[in-house]
Amino acid sequence: MDDLYREAILDHYRHPRRKGHLEDADIHYYDTNPFCGDEITIELKVEDGKIVDAAFDGQGCAISQATASMLMEEILGKDIEEVKSWDKEFILDMLGIEIGPVRLKCALLPLKALKAGVWGLDEWPE
Amino acid sequence: MLMEINPAAVTDRAEELKREFPILARRIGDKRLVYLDNAATSQKPEAVLQAMDDYYRLYNANVHRGVHTLSEEATALYEQARVRIARLLHAPSEKQIVFTRGTTESINLVANAWGRANLKPGDEVLITEMEHHSNIVPWQILRDQIGFTLRYIPLGLDGLLDVSDLDSLINERTKLVSFIHVSNVLGTINPAAELIAAAHAVGAKVLLDGAQSVPHMPVDVQALDVDFLAFSGHKMCGPTGSGALYAKRELLEAMPPWMGGGDMIREVKMSASKWNAVPYKFEAGTPSIAEAVGLGAAAEYLSALGMDWINAHERALVGYAYERLGQVEGLRILGPGPDQRSGLISFTVDEIHPHDLSAILDQTGVAVRAGHHCAQPIHDRFGIPASARASLYFYNTTEDIDQLVSGLEHAVQIFAW
Repeated sequence: MDDLYREAILDHYRHPRRKGHLEDADIHYYDTNPFCGDEITIELKVEDGKIVDAAFDGQGCAISQATASMLMEEILGKDIEEVKSWDKEFILDMLGIEIGPVRLKCALLPLKALKAGVWGLDEWPE
Repeated sequence: MLMEINPAAVTDRAEELKREFPILARRIGDKRLVYLDNAATSQKPEAVLQAMDDYYRLYNANVHRGVHTLSEEATALYEQARVRIARLLHAPSEKQIVFTRGTTESINLVANAWGRANLKPGDEVLITEMEHHSNIVPWQILRDQIGFTLRYIPLGLDGLLDVSDLDSLINERTKLVSFIHVSNVLGTINPAAELIAAAHAVGAKVLLDGAQSVPHMPVDVQALDVDFLAFSGHKMCGPTGSGALYAKRELLEAMPPWMGGGDMIREVKMSASKWNAVPYKFEAGTPSIAEAVGLGAAAEYLSALGMDWINAHERALVGYAYERLGQVEGLRILGPGPDQRSGLISFTVDEIHPHDLSAILDQTGVAVRAGHHCAQPIHDRFGIPASARASLYFYNTTEDIDQLVSGLEHAVQIFAW
């Protein structure tokens, strides 16, 4: 019954990976979900088109924060072009849970910040 | 003191009343629905559903226009609703009830009709740090257009308004004091009579936001001597898109209209027009007739239950909830103790975001609100991004509270570090 809060998600929420700040980030993007006030900042270091360091910071619900933590593990060593292709399905596969439309916004906030960052957007196109 | 009320007695009548609300028989998954989001919107009893259904099946026509039977009957029902609302509020006349889409529109009506005609640079409008966004933003918009000063009565960390500086906040420049009667986040019952008297002492008008008081306690506009009262129908067993503004007659007479169109005019010439009488001057266009009829039925329903009984039931139940919630590990209640609050409790639980709490509670059949409840300044004051809120109505029982508490204990277990 508590699939939304399966152990892997709670573990990332309690012990977030790569949470913090990069001194020399090449990409920095901050985004919020105005509906619930969740905040995510993503920082990336890029060398030869590959992500060589990554960190996130933020506050919010278990879903948004755990997703950001999982994404940070996922992204290390990846080609920036590959990251640009990540979509909703990628996130849902990574989380391994079913999510309703409202909480989906929580799960997608880190991806939204990440993609805006790698695409070099100033603002997310609505 | 509140605990002396027998919880079983509180529950018995509520349990009966639950059966008059079809939706409350629903299940969420395999769990019994426990609806504790009444401050967002209340559920609707058969009496209201029936009145609206009858309206569309038997009487539907436009009001104040046709001379055929249906139009006359529809007009009679629409105007009967106005009388029923006036009676609930102890208003001197039903002509002082303007139908609106709800509290937000009522406040915007006052801002645009009364405010534009009466406020000028140098004047002050006083609101509080405890307001719902609907009683902040209309005044900010108008301030930016007119140039008056918007001031705030501060909010103390005890969840009460800090009135220690009231003598300087309410002064000869103050033209309007507008405040929330019962806080939709803290549950605080504000000292309306004292604030109204202080405002009137300097000649200021008072707008009371009754969204969370009119559905839950006796509100007597004449005893309060309030100038404007805004409230919503959907939080008091009526339909969404219904609500009203009560105002003193002389204010309504003097105020210009804020929306132009059909029904609000007496005469339209190409050069100029003359306005209809109060309250029709403020009801441009075909109104929400079925919604008004539903709201009238809701007002009758609440009157028959007795606002005193509703208030007593909720005060007893919130006392029970306050004590039970206080036993949940890591739970912090925002706002004052049960003696100074209405039937709602907002809270946080250590290390669990309100959205996660709400999602887990939903899996146990319990509906609560999570977020900033359209009152960001309150959350800023308490230094938190959001809270969870359980809000009661007369159909809630001690069993509902027990299900909420066990849901919360379940959430604490899931998130145990």
